[in-house]
Amino acid sequence: MAEQKKIKNLKSFSTTADRFEGANLLCPGCAHSIIVREVLNATNDDLVLSAATGCLEVSTAVYPYTSWDASWIHIGFENAATAVAGAEAMHKALKRKGRLLQPDRNPKFVAFGGDGASYDIGFQWISGAFERGHDMMYVTLDNEVYANTGGQSSGATPIGASTTTTPAGRVSYGQKRQKKDMLAIMAAHGSPYVAQVAPNKWKDMTKKIQKGFAAEGPVYINAMSACTTEWKFPMQDTIAVSDLATDSLMFPLYEIVNGTEYNITYRPKNIIPVRDYLAVQGRYKHLFKPENAHIIEKLQADVDAKWEYLQRREEARV
Amino acid sequence: MADKMELKSVEVWDGNMASAQALRQSQVDVVAAYPITPSTPIVENYAGFLANGYIDGEYVMVESEHAAMSGCIGASAAGGRVATATSSQGFALMVETLYQASGMRLPIVLHVVNRALAAPLNVNGDHSDMYLGRDSGWIQLDTFTPQEAYDMGLCAFKIGEDHDIRLPVMVHQDGFISSHTAQNINPLSDDDAYAFVGEFQPMNAMLDFEKPATYGTQTEEDWHFEHKARQHNDLMTKVFPKIEEVFAEFEAKTGRKYKLVEDYYMEDAEVVIVAMGTTVETAKLTARIIREQEGIKAGVIGLRVVRPFPFEKLADLLKDVKAIGAMDRSSPNGTVGMLYNEIAGVMAGTAEMNAVMTNYIYGLGGRDMTVEMLKGIFRELNENAKAGKRLGAIQRFINVRGPELSFLGK
Repeated sequence: MAEQKKIKNLKSFSTTADRFEGANLLCPGCAHSIIVREVLNATNDDLVLSAATGCLEVSTAVYPYTSWDASWIHIGFENAATAVAGAEAMHKALKRKGRLLQPDRNPKFVAFGGDGASYDIGFQWISGAFERGHDMMYVTLDNEVYANTGGQSSGATPIGASTTTTPAGRVSYGQKRQKKDMLAIMAAHGSPYVAQVAPNKWKDMTKKIQKGFAAEGPVYINAMSACTTEWKFPMQDTIAVSDLATDSLMFPLYEIVNGTEYNITYRPKNIIPVRDYLAVQGRYKHLFKPENAHIIEKLQADVDAKWEYLQRREEARV
Repeated sequence: MADKMELKSVEVWDGNMASAQALRQSQVDVVAAYPITPSTPIVENYAGFLANGYIDGEYVMVESEHAAMSGCIGASAAGGRVATATSSQGFALMVETLYQASGMRLPIVLHVVNRALAAPLNVNGDHSDMYLGRDSGWIQLDTFTPQEAYDMGLCAFKIGEDHDIRLPVMVHQDGFISSHTAQNINPLSDDDAYAFVGEFQPMNAMLDFEKPATYGTQTEEDWHFEHKARQHNDLMTKVFPKIEEVFAEFEAKTGRKYKLVEDYYMEDAEVVIVAMGTTVETAKLTARIIREQEGIKAGVIGLRVVRPFPFEKLADLLKDVKAIGAMDRSSPNGTVGMLYNEIAGVMAGTAEMNAVMTNYIYGLGGRDMTVEMLKGIFRELNENAKAGKRLGAIQRFINVRGPELSFLGK
């Protein structure tokens, strides 16, 4: 059972012991660091962490420095899930053999990967780790683009976004493919707990991370990570943009327990139009040309349909 | 506590069983593996040991060879004894992670049952996968028989896990010819084997929460070179003495003597075949026969250690030889074979060496290399020795259909 950390308010959150140092090279305004701190701060237990190649990795472990005051490993782009799964297997083996150096500890195993590392190149490795049932958490830092390498489209890039590999142009409105529904896919693996979180809703997020740590088996968290650089908004607006994302329901906050039980965890008092969320980001600027109006309409229709679906699944309890 | 297995002083094992037993007796903490022909029986045998109470470590059946080595890396960094097995395409899929394992100085043991690389697809033994791994920063031990696969399977942990070394180790054996050929094996008892290998000593373990470790950092032009240089330096200067130390200890325990470079009939040899894998055994037999029947002063050299390459030992063994046949069981694809290339490097750096050398490409995709063919090679080398120069081309293909294939000269 995870040791639950009591965090009452943002002040106590900001002063809690920090195992992820502020000394890192992430962009000013990057949501990754907020999310990682929230995950690490949700437990007092020891941590074994991994990171896939990507923004988080290149910004936090540049030799001879490290931002991690917890055990941490990076192998490659695709195998962060397996890195932590291997460490978790070693913990089990040494526990059985009575060779743990600190046998009284109850470590948590957490892998971080960007959406490219999770939805695309590392998908098989995550699937394998979940099928095997390792006691671990996989957190996708979902900024909907390969941000580390300069903004190429990924399997998480939404329709209409302009990226360097799906640029908007005279005859193109940008990305034309549907974003992959990772939460449903991971729930279908039989994961005991799957949730979507956003750093602006930090209480909701802490609660979900703690639920995830308490669950036995592989837990999947999709964390919206607003990207000042590739979404193209001012760096001081990360939380404001994140609020627009959750209030427009582009990123609905919900959880899936034991594969089928859906719970919506945040219902905006005032649901705002998707276009208000799009309007503050440079990556969607071209959608406001008259010829692309149908894309905004499509995005709104998709969001409405998904919200309807989530509510019906929540009601159905199956 | 895992059960001990009562072994007879002589067991009949194939190379795969020999490797699996060495893993069991070493009490590996985590095996993360994926099956592939012809190494599959290693992980099947190991699964059988587990199912019958002989293993108390973790056995993680993953979804690919890339994940197998990825899991091994995570487990090894966590701090314990780790091993796996693979072949061919699986080895090729692992290549990215092989470099990551050695770069992070993780002493993982990998049994490689050598097999050809597609295309065309082929399940039989050649050395293409072994050659693919030769720049990956691993120690590569080669074996010629199932007994040696067992013996090196124990020595590998002792070499790689030493805190002065901390490098991963491959143990190679030939697909089918060694892996599926049952022979008499003299195993150690479980207690003696484990006493020899020793208990794993953790170093920078991720599971040491009093001293958290960061593995797999980013280095660019400022620090990357120093890391690679240090790794190479350790391979070049620390590994051979450690291997010799472990081999001496192994000999004291078993009476079986191993060397960095194995040599047969070399005291007065004038014409020498340098080979790897099971061909060394066939060449040994051929040398004895051809010495008796034709009076050719034939000798054989078998590489026990492929990486680091035993440059100085070879210079010493080959300095008075007149003709050398460098036997490469891997398609050179556009140049001379690896062994020819390496031995040419030895010659270039050794003033007293003036042998003539020929490169034989043979046995691809499991094609046989027989005593008769090796006799032919010894005779050819003997003609070169008598003439004091190479009479044919530098490179020749042996036992392949169609007109004779030779390159680089006539």
